[in-house]
Amino acid sequence: MMRKRPEPVQVIKQRRDAALSSLVSGVPFIRFLGVQIDRRGDELTAVLPYDDKLIGNPMLPALHGGATAAFLEITAIMELAWAGLWDDIEGADADVHNDDIPTPRMPKTIDFTVDYLRSGLPRDAYARAKVNRSGRRYASVHVEAWQDNRSRLFAQATGHFLMPSREPKG
Amino acid sequence: MTDSVPKDTTKLARQFIEAIPYARELGMNLEEISDGRAVISMAYNKDLIGDPESGVIHGGAVSALMDTCAGAAVMSHPETPFSTATLDLRIDYMRSATPGHAITAIAECYHVTRTVAFVRATTLDEDTDRPVATATGTFTISRGK
Repeated sequence: MMRKRPEPVQVIKQRRDAALSSLVSGVPFIRFLGVQIDRRGDELTAVLPYDDKLIGNPMLPALHGGATAAFLEITAIMELAWAGLWDDIEGADADVHNDDIPTPRMPKTIDFTVDYLRSGLPRDAYARAKVNRSGRRYASVHVEAWQDNRSRLFAQATGHFLMPSREPKG
Repeated sequence: MTDSVPKDTTKLARQFIEAIPYARELGMNLEEISDGRAVISMAYNKDLIGDPESGVIHGGAVSALMDTCAGAAVMSHPETPFSTATLDLRIDYMRSATPGHAITAIAECYHVTRTVAFVRATTLDEDTDRPVATATGTFTISRGK
């Protein structure tokens, strides 16, 4: 048995980054909020750079609960879509080259529960999602968001998502 | 029982809601507010699209509308001394909002204790028989010092 020669690192990076950017750049609302997504290997961290338009209570000032909820929901959906893409481009039976990255399939939110732990400061915010269960039809995802200090979360959320139907492989 | 008199809180709440940067940015419009009930509409806007293929707006935009509307309902409640913050908000998405149409949220503060307000909200589009989403939330009641 001959093992396949590993691809050069630049080729892999380029393909992963292209897949991620095709996922993120296609959604107007992500651009509107200004959310960026960092990647290390397959781990994603969403970043919400601070902007005055995100304020919900001008007197404190604090981030709008709706902006925080959106940031968490975006992070959860991107994590799920990314996990699907990852299997397509890096999985055991994937045969993908840099020029044919599959179109991402977007999960749909069924329900989303946000827990506001402390008020969001006028600073950059970060979030990471964990897929706790991903079945053929449904997925359950948990998201945590923080500012400055990873161990002091300012919000967390759990949601259920309807997975897009997979076309049979042909 | 006496008729409910429009409270100062209602006027203050209206001024406050209309000054929220994020609500303005998303194009929210306060339609009604009084005694623990609020109605806020949001016009369709291409910037809010979450699914580029269908043009359906992002769940995060619907969340913002319901969070704001629920918060407004709390602030306008006669028992609320003005300030509030969201503790918890659960949103159920029943169906996609129709692309191109405005959506409207109606929120009602159905129970208030000394420290917490409990709120329900519903979001509708032009098909008012089938909700787009519903939410239940708890909000803090800040009594100050």
